[in-house]
Amino acid sequence: MIKYSYIIAFLPLLSYVLIVFFFSKREKTASGIAITAVVSSFVLSLIALFETLADHGPHIFEYEWIVIPGLKLPLSIFFDPLTAVMLMVVTIVSSCVHIYSLGYMHGDPRFSRFYAYLSLFTFSMLGLVLSGSFFVTFIFWELVGLTSYLLIGFWFEKKVASDAGKKAFITTKIGDLGFLAGLLVLYWAAGTLNYSEVYHQIEENQIPAIILTAAGILIFCGAIGKSAQFPLHVWLPDAMEGPTPVSALIHAATMVAAGVYLTARIMSIIVVSHTAAMTIAYIGAITAFMAASIGLVQNDIKRVLAYSTVSQLGYMIMALGVSGYTAGTFHLMTHAFFKALLFLGAGSVIHAAHTNDIQQMGGLAKKMPITSKTFFIASLSIAGIFPLSGFWSKDEIFASIYHEGHYFLLALAVLVAGMTAFYMFRLCFLTFTGEARDYHVYEHAHESPKTMTYPLIFLAFLSIFAGWVGMPWLEHGYSSFVYFEHPHHAAANYVLMIVGTIAALSGIFLAYQMYYKRAIDPVKMGARFKPVYTFIYNKWYFDELYMGTVIKFAYWFMEVLYRFDQGVIDWFVNFVGRFGMFNSRVWQTFDVYVVDGAVNGAGFMTRWFAGGLRKIQTGAVQNYAFVIFLGVVLLMLFKMI
Amino acid sequence: MVTLEHYLILSALLFCVGIFGLLTRRNAVGVLMSIELMFNSANINFIAFSKFITPEALTGQIFAIFVITIAAAEATVGLAIVVLMYRNFNAVNVDKINFMKW
Repeated sequence: MIKYSYIIAFLPLLSYVLIVFFFSKREKTASGIAITAVVSSFVLSLIALFETLADHGPHIFEYEWIVIPGLKLPLSIFFDPLTAVMLMVVTIVSSCVHIYSLGYMHGDPRFSRFYAYLSLFTFSMLGLVLSGSFFVTFIFWELVGLTSYLLIGFWFEKKVASDAGKKAFITTKIGDLGFLAGLLVLYWAAGTLNYSEVYHQIEENQIPAIILTAAGILIFCGAIGKSAQFPLHVWLPDAMEGPTPVSALIHAATMVAAGVYLTARIMSIIVVSHTAAMTIAYIGAITAFMAASIGLVQNDIKRVLAYSTVSQLGYMIMALGVSGYTAGTFHLMTHAFFKALLFLGAGSVIHAAHTNDIQQMGGLAKKMPITSKTFFIASLSIAGIFPLSGFWSKDEIFASIYHEGHYFLLALAVLVAGMTAFYMFRLCFLTFTGEARDYHVYEHAHESPKTMTYPLIFLAFLSIFAGWVGMPWLEHGYSSFVYFEHPHHAAANYVLMIVGTIAALSGIFLAYQMYYKRAIDPVKMGARFKPVYTFIYNKWYFDELYMGTVIKFAYWFMEVLYRFDQGVIDWFVNFVGRFGMFNSRVWQTFDVYVVDGAVNGAGFMTRWFAGGLRKIQTGAVQNYAFVIFLGVVLLMLFKMI
Repeated sequence: MVTLEHYLILSALLFCVGIFGLLTRRNAVGVLMSIELMFNSANINFIAFSKFITPEALTGQIFAIFVITIAAAEATVGLAIVVLMYRNFNAVNVDKINFMKW
């Protein structure tokens, strides 16, 4: 299957084409095709995964694409264990979301188009994962950006939604610019963009370290944009205006994880360049802390989850920055499952309650037993409670940071783990337990249809068990499958496990006290730490900061360009126009008076002469006779002379 | 003694009378008559030249007879035109019949 792995990506593309061209009016067929395609991709990925387990590879395939003298850009596939894992993550989450959307998007006027976009996204994401060169990765990178834009703005009638789409597209594009520059630097230095060849050259020390640092940081800029890292994280919370299944698939589980995936792909650079590694690690750490702090106080259920996503992505990036290849990608996998579950659960809640505001919910557990139970499982998993999958991946991250000796980052990571547990359980308690704060919402709430709850149950199983492959006691677990250079099999560090669990439990306990028992009044707490509360409630004023600086500058620059356009370019264009007018006037005068004069003159002269001559033609016979007579007389006179 | 000059002078006078009539008469019939006069002046010339220059041959006389014959035919056609003119325009004055002008 690995040999034909491109089929995995092309099935959703086929589905997209079929839906767009043939089944846009037939909703059932369209969704059926899309689901069949993605589930088939999942089955094929599963086969490929087993083949990879037998032979780690990497398997490299090249298909000729652009070949011109001096430039060779093949379409290549690079299939290693990380690819196999990513394929599983993408196809599983995508399948769940496809099925879930049957219920969630039911009755939407653009139902088929939604499935077409989902298929296109799945194709792009699978292509991104399979691609074997930075260049092909970049192409699919932009494609996922495009589909993300289309899906965030899916309900484009809402101004906020279309604005959010634009914001996401433009913000990530800033990062992509860095990515592209990084590719150029790398191509200039290495002469190729294929993963295998680039890795080989780095191993052989053929590329100077300074260039590697530059290329690494520039390529990481792409990850900053796409994975919503500080300082380009502002688009992800706004992206929650899209349909919730989209948030689950693109803005939680897969596309935003593409940045982490890309960072993992430049691991060879990270291990060589200390500067690049520390930049990546600290950006991840700052992001993890900042987003977690904002998540503590938000009231929109999806926004809390969005900040949680940003924070968790920061975690993964931080792990990769300290060379924790296994830890970062492992957390990427477990996070994809429980975060997708959280979002789909949130979607189920929103579907029932018709509001995003957790302050209006409460007590929904009675009405929505499946949703609430799966949501609690996912929350326990993300909080890192033994033995759910989040526990293992978070522990792996702690272990790799500890192993590299970055104790400050470790402390920050533990703190963020506590904050994560707190905001997740704040969300759970406010939504599902206690009394109904809004009777109206509570009355109308109901459990979602089976197409929505079954994916939840399936993902709940994965949220519990997916992490078990990474238990430190396993001889041939995750760490001996996905690794960088050589398997890194750390012994279980019980101290770190206990510290992490304590952080998580204390977070949960605090949330329990504040939002379940109401022993501590959250409002009073907010009032007591008012400056801090206002600061994080307003998302660290990032939007305002960008509005005041970058966007203001952009507007100013736009104004300058506008003036330049008006003053110089328009002036010149108008000048050319005026000159043309003037010139044509001159020639018009010449035409009217000279050319037309000659033509009219000829006619006029003819008329004038004819006017004189025609008088001879009197019509009187006697005049003619007289002329004849005169003529004869004249002839005679001539003869005489 | 009547000489050739006398005949020629008579003929010239007759021709002048004919020309005068042709140019001045308004009546179409008058014009036709003037033309007859001019024919006859020519006839006198023919006969006079024949008599005084080639007396043995009768060329001039024969020619004069031809002219008279043609003149008769001409007068017939001319009078027919005059009759038609009268029918169509209710006039026989040539100065009234000037439709062929600009």
